[in-house]
Amino acid sequence: MSGLAINDITKNFGDFAAVDNVSLSVPHGTFVCLLGPSGCGKTTLLRMIAGLEEPTGGAIVLDGDNITAVPTHKRNLGMVFQSLALFPHLSVGENIAYALRIRGRAKEEQRKRVEELLALIHLPGFADRPVAKLSGGQRQRVAIARALALSPKLFLLDEPLSALDAKLREDMQVELRQLQQRLGITTVVVTHDQREAMTMADLVVVMGKGKILQAAPPIEIYRKPADAFVADFIGITNLLPIEADSAGRVTVLGTTVPGLALPAGMDKASLSIRPEDVSITAPREGALVGTVSFVRDLGGTIETFVEAGGTTIIAVATPRERPNVSVGQSVGVVLPPESCVVLKQ
Amino acid sequence: MRREAPKTITDYTPLFFPGLMLVVFFVVPFSTMIVVSFFKRDPAGFYTPDFVIDNYARFLSVFFGSVLGFSLMLAVMVAICCVAIAFPFTYLLSRCSRRVQTLWLVGLLSVLSLSEVIIGFAWSTLFSRTAGITNLFVAMGLMEGPVALLPSFWAVLTGMVYQALPYTILVLYPALVRLDPTLLEAARTLGASPLRAFFNVVTPALRNTIVATLIMVFVFALGSYLLPQILGRPQHWTLSVLITDQAIYQSNMPFAAAMAVFLVLISLALVGMTLLVGRKENAL
Repeated sequence: MSGLAINDITKNFGDFAAVDNVSLSVPHGTFVCLLGPSGCGKTTLLRMIAGLEEPTGGAIVLDGDNITAVPTHKRNLGMVFQSLALFPHLSVGENIAYALRIRGRAKEEQRKRVEELLALIHLPGFADRPVAKLSGGQRQRVAIARALALSPKLFLLDEPLSALDAKLREDMQVELRQLQQRLGITTVVVTHDQREAMTMADLVVVMGKGKILQAAPPIEIYRKPADAFVADFIGITNLLPIEADSAGRVTVLGTTVPGLALPAGMDKASLSIRPEDVSITAPREGALVGTVSFVRDLGGTIETFVEAGGTTIIAVATPRERPNVSVGQSVGVVLPPESCVVLKQ
Repeated sequence: MRREAPKTITDYTPLFFPGLMLVVFFVVPFSTMIVVSFFKRDPAGFYTPDFVIDNYARFLSVFFGSVLGFSLMLAVMVAICCVAIAFPFTYLLSRCSRRVQTLWLVGLLSVLSLSEVIIGFAWSTLFSRTAGITNLFVAMGLMEGPVALLPSFWAVLTGMVYQALPYTILVLYPALVRLDPTLLEAARTLGASPLRAFFNVVTPALRNTIVATLIMVFVFALGSYLLPQILGRPQHWTLSVLITDQAIYQSNMPFAAAMAVFLVLISLALVGMTLLVGRKENAL
């Protein structure tokens, strides 16, 4: 198979399993985001793909070749580090040409490739500048260009945008995605920022405690999270207890919600519903009754916090569908069954 | 954070004490030495105030010239050997666990507590025919019979490198610990073998540290006068040995002072040249 395959990879640090029997298949040209809280093993997994950590068990296969035992410098990959790791003693051009230089490519070829890459990252004419004189965003681009100098089979990025300010980071996410699509290179990015993952990835891999919790396209992760952890980690969600009694009636926080069903054999579960799917009405049949505790009007969106049955439900609305409610008011909270995801507890 | 330059005289008060110490213990003795270097030797006693340049003139001979040359060459070799050994060692040490690092550093610090005399006699025993390391080689079947490895140039060099190595490591250590380990990893992902990445990335990134360390060890080795006498032949004696000899045994203080001043000037010139070359390369 062309692409990257990770087969039963495990990495133990002493007794602690940083990566625990992980398998993942990444078709050629796919943009993958490894997403998870710190300490979930995503960076360790990326470092094993790069060959910077040796797996305790399992295999890494790239385009059909088992590369588990191949040293980093023979893997033909490009990597961008969190610290960027630009060589401080070299100029921008020399940094980008490093991979070509140590392979003994001709000076002319090096110069041409550097020019090509500088054009690609929108920094033409920067070849002779010292790295220290660049801004954060420019350094970021140079690190990307350096990693791509040899047109590697695999492009790895470890929290590449974390050092940039919020606005620049959003711009770079789009730029990185466009660059990846233009080059069609298999790319693996580690991030803890779900927004970044949603923006860039074809495939989002949510990890927790060394295991893959869900691997799916971003919208599926968002709409159909596999469990409560994924639902909570990706975006904002309302997690509510849901119960079924012996008569088959399904209740959420003590209120019967028509149209909801629990999988067979389950009488207790969690219900996940995104804030934008929750709507606020006057109290009525089939809606949860609660009291408005806070309204956050951000201009573009209005978030209404409703206290109901001991938990807070958040509803998000656009200004056009603004619920005219004020703090302390008693309201009905409608949970459309088609937007509810029932998760194992 | 930007600091404001001191303006009033009170802002400078913290400098008074170190300034005073510097004047009393460095400027005054050094000036005395310069003055004495122009005095005339009194064979019956000590010296008489005068202004003669005989002492310097006497120094400009083939003999003293070659001793000076040997001293500088020895100091340069000690500096190069120390950095060549200490740099890779300290680099590997900085990648070890905290515990291992602490153990090594404590061990190295304890070597510093040894005096030059003890180091000299320890090595002279190790290099001797009767009790030296060659006996080990014989026992291992590597050699026919034990030989004396001293007095020789290599014995002097070994002793001095041994003495200066802990300083070298302690000077290099902070810089290497602070070095970003991803620099090396980045080089490896770009196709450099670990060894190549070390020479391509780690060494140039720390060039200024290396130059500063070379200078430090050079100056340190220039002052050594016991080890060349214990481990070497008279032709391996450094200028420091001759200065000691003139000052203490020949009671020729003016000539000893002249040699000392000359040695200081030459060292300063060499250090200055090294820094100048370093700055020019940096500017490129």
